[in-house]
Amino acid sequence: MSKKKVVVGVTGLNNIDSPGPGIPVIRALKDSEYFDVRIIGLSYETLEPGIYMHDLVDKTYQIPMPSAGTSSLLERIQYIHSIEKLDCIIPNFDAELHNFIKLSPTLKKDYQIATFLPELEQFESRHKSVLFEFGEKNDVKVPFAKMIFSPSEIYQLEDKFTYPLVVKGKYYDASIASTPEQAVSYVNKISAKWGYPIIIQEFVSGNEVNVTAIGDGKGKCIGAIPMRKLYITDKGKAWAGVSLEDNQLIEIANRVIANSKWRGGCELEFIKSNKGEYYLLEMNPRFPAWVYLSVGCGQNHPEALLKMALGIDVKAFESYESGKLFIRYAYDQIVSLSEFEKISTFGEL
Amino acid sequence: MYVNKNLAISDTGFIFNPSTGDSFSTNEVGKFIIDLLKQKKSKEEIISQIVLHFNVDKVNADKDLSDFFAMLKSYQLMLDENE
Repeated sequence: MSKKKVVVGVTGLNNIDSPGPGIPVIRALKDSEYFDVRIIGLSYETLEPGIYMHDLVDKTYQIPMPSAGTSSLLERIQYIHSIEKLDCIIPNFDAELHNFIKLSPTLKKDYQIATFLPELEQFESRHKSVLFEFGEKNDVKVPFAKMIFSPSEIYQLEDKFTYPLVVKGKYYDASIASTPEQAVSYVNKISAKWGYPIIIQEFVSGNEVNVTAIGDGKGKCIGAIPMRKLYITDKGKAWAGVSLEDNQLIEIANRVIANSKWRGGCELEFIKSNKGEYYLLEMNPRFPAWVYLSVGCGQNHPEALLKMALGIDVKAFESYESGKLFIRYAYDQIVSLSEFEKISTFGEL
Repeated sequence: MYVNKNLAISDTGFIFNPSTGDSFSTNEVGKFIIDLLKQKKSKEEIISQIVLHFNVDKVNADKDLSDFFAMLKSYQLMLDENE
C-alpha cells in the first residue's frame, strides 16, 4: 500500500535541555506506515536545533512570536502555505496555542489547513490558575491552589496553606518554598520571567508520574501511556523515563479526557501520594517532549492526531508495552555559517 | 503477603516493577525466593526449600527470609493481602 503524502507544519523545534515536543512529534510522524510526511518546521529563534536537522525537517520558516498576535501569524502562514501547500499544522508550545486555536477555523475554511486542537474554552479550563476547579468538575483530585498577583499576598495565605508549598509560573517553572521569605523570592523570580498571575499550590509529597494522552474531542481517549521519570535535569525535565503498567492511572486519564471532551494531545502530570492517591498537578495542552516513548510502547500518538485532523477514522489503542525506557542524549550538530545566515536573514532554510 | 504478579524477573535476577518503574538486581537466592512467592508458597514452604537447596539451617533461613521480606516490602515489591 502506498503511503498518503501529506505536508505538515510543526513548531517546537527547540530540542534543547528543556526540549520542545516538535522533534519527537516529527520522529513519530516519520515512523508512520500510513503517511509519507514532508515536514515544514515553524521556528521562533535561529538557534532551534531542529531547523538544522535536515533528515527530519524538510524546510523551516520562522514565524512571529506569539505576542505579535493572530493577524501577523496568519499573514506568515498564508505566505508559507502559498509555497508549501500545508495539509496540517501541529503546534507544540503552550504559549502559541491560544493564537492557533483562534485561527483554526480560518485555516480550515479559507486554506484547507487542518489542525486538531481543543476549543478555547477547554484550553482555558485546564489552565494552572483554574486547575482546582477543573479537578472538581472532572472528578480528579487536584492539590488546593490559589492565584496571586503580588509577592505581598504570600503573607495573607497563612490560614489557607502550610509550608512547604509550591510556587508556579502561569506557563512554566515551579519551585518548592519552605518559608514565606523563600516563597516571596520565588514569586519575584518567576514573575520576572513569566509575569502574573503566580499560582500557589499545596505541596503533596510522593512520586511524580506523567501520562501522554490523546482525545478525539467527543469524549474518547484514543491512547494513554504512563511514564515515571528516572533521571531529572536541574530544570526538572525528564532525561530518562520508563513506561508503567498502571490501570488506575489509565482509568483516571480516560476519565479526564472523556469528561473534558479533550481534543488533541496532552500531558497529564500526577503525583502519587504516599497513601497511593493520584493528584493531578498539571494538564499541559499539547504532547510532552517525551511523546516519542508512545511510539516505542506501540501507540503512535502523533500519527493518530494527524489522522484525526485529516478526518481519518481512528480506533482507540487497546494496549501498550510497559517497561520501555527513553534516554535522551546531547548531540553537537555542525552547521555552516551560510545556513545560519539564511535563517537569520531570510527567515527560511 | 504476596509479590506483585506482574513483577518481571529475568534469569540473571534483574527485577522490574511495572507499577512503579523501579528496577533492582538480586542474587540467586533472592531470585529463588521471589519465584516461590510468585507461586504463592507460604513462608514455611519457602524456608523448607531454602534449607533443601542451600547450605543453611532452618533458624538462619527463617531470620534471613524475614529480613528479605522486610526489604521487599520497603521497595513495594511485596504487599500485605489487604493492600
